Amino acid sequence: MKQNDAILISSQVLQVSYNYSAGPVVSKFLVSLRDQKKILGIKCDKCGIVYVPPRATCGKCFSEMKQWVELSGRGRIETFTSVHYPEPVQPRGGPFILAVIKLDGSDTGLTHLVGEAEEKDLTIGTKLEAVFQENRTGHILDIKYFRPCRD
Amino acid sequence: MAGRAAIIATGQTFHKSRRRDVNIVELIHEAVSACLQDAEMSPADLDAVLIGNMEHFEGVYNADLWAAAETGAYLKHAMKITTGGTTGASVAHAGYYHVASGMFNCVLCIGWEKQSDGDTTAGLIFQSDPLFERSNMAGAIGTFALAASEYMNKFGITEEQAARVAVKNRGNALNNPHAHLRRAVTVQDVLSSPMLASPIKLMDMCPTSDGACAIIVASEEVAKKKSPNRPAWFKALSTRHDQPFNSDLPLLINMRTLRDAAKDAYAQAGIVNPIKELDVAEFYEPCTFAELSWYEALGLCELGGGGKLMDSGATQMTGELPVNPSGGVISTNCIGATAMIRVAEAAIQLMGKGGARQVPGAKTALATGFGGSFWTEITILERD
Repeated sequence: MKQNDAILISSQVLQVSYNYSAGPVVSKFLVSLRDQKKILGIKCDKCGIVYVPPRATCGKCFSEMKQWVELSGRGRIETFTSVHYPEPVQPRGGPFILAVIKLDGSDTGLTHLVGEAEEKDLTIGTKLEAVFQENRTGHILDIKYFRPCRD
Repeated sequence: MAGRAAIIATGQTFHKSRRRDVNIVELIHEAVSACLQDAEMSPADLDAVLIGNMEHFEGVYNADLWAAAETGAYLKHAMKITTGGTTGASVAHAGYYHVASGMFNCVLCIGWEKQSDGDTTAGLIFQSDPLFERSNMAGAIGTFALAASEYMNKFGITEEQAARVAVKNRGNALNNPHAHLRRAVTVQDVLSSPMLASPIKLMDMCPTSDGACAIIVASEEVAKKKSPNRPAWFKALSTRHDQPFNSDLPLLINMRTLRDAAKDAYAQAGIVNPIKELDVAEFYEPCTFAELSWYEALGLCELGGGGKLMDSGATQMTGELPVNPSGGVISTNCIGATAMIRVAEAAIQLMGKGGARQVPGAKTALATGFGGSFWTEITILERD
């Protein structure tokens, strides 16, 4: 399309702050990451499904979930990708490895980063363990990344 | 189903990456005017106007109010409907529900997006869980890459088979004057295009487009008495939403919502062998791998057979069931309009107005909509 000098383009930057309440269930999960370096799942009494990330209601049966399960922080790769394109909103510039990790004892996957490994070192099924940040703030990235198990 | 309703007219812009020559409401007006012209109607003939787009993509909101003049909604019943990527299909379905209820006779439905005015990935961030997904995801492409990687690994699907989807759809786009990317590509072009997130390369992925689409949904009486076009009747509709997190489901790309919605829609339409009973399909395929997996989810072949079905040529223009004669989403993706374009293109096929992209004699057409954390809207249309 020909650039038309008669068309004005108005550039605007909008900056807004948001303050999300994590609610009781997600707060417990994030505080546990921060204070104890422990990953918790939540279990539906009726369906037996263990969810990570936790949520208050089981999508399958609509039950309120209250039973917490402490997980080991180890699991296996369900799928992974090496991300090469840059985006300002991404956790890092790339290339970096993103994976869906099924933690031992959980029935759902958790999307997170994989570190201390290259794409060629990984396959579906590779065993991983969580590595925590030194300074934790109650954030999902208190888990710095998952790395291949060393034993 | 309730009262009969049909799509009697469609209108689209000529989709491009940047429509800097017009503002948002002027872009919407182009599709509305084309649709009214196709129907040989004026806004006075409409009794409702429904509109949708992706909230936050352009940093604007409530287009139903703001675009009232350009949509013909001035002092009429109007509402905005947004459901993420499925928005365009949801608006079309809402058009059906308005008419099938017997409360409205002639409803204008609009989907639009002007991505070049805003930031698509920043907009998508607003739909992610603020505490779990914003900081460890990689936009839409990362999610599709995780899903495609799992699909390839489980079923031995190859990057060449996925590339053939792009070759087919981009080739079909040459026949569609409204398509955004109108340049044929080869398997080698796709395989050697830059890696975005393995296994997805640049040409495996849909573009970002500016554009709008409109359709008119009419009651049986209006469709039979006033429509200059052969009506495309709604035969079945189904919507399914699912889990909040993309990582909740195994084999994400095979979409539980799509499988379930297809089963429901086929039951409504009395379809038992979709590849034989459908004449044309328009998929909302955000990436090449998705089209292959959705052949399976829609029951066109067995689980894991999507690559082989592609290889067989069955979904080419000359095949048993042409998929995406329009060029699909790989060729055009103005997101809030995208799912409506699928429905509109299905209707165009049944009206016999497809020109170079026409599937001869098409009588039954399927359109899919894709959105959010892999949810679905299916529409099946038929002609008399």
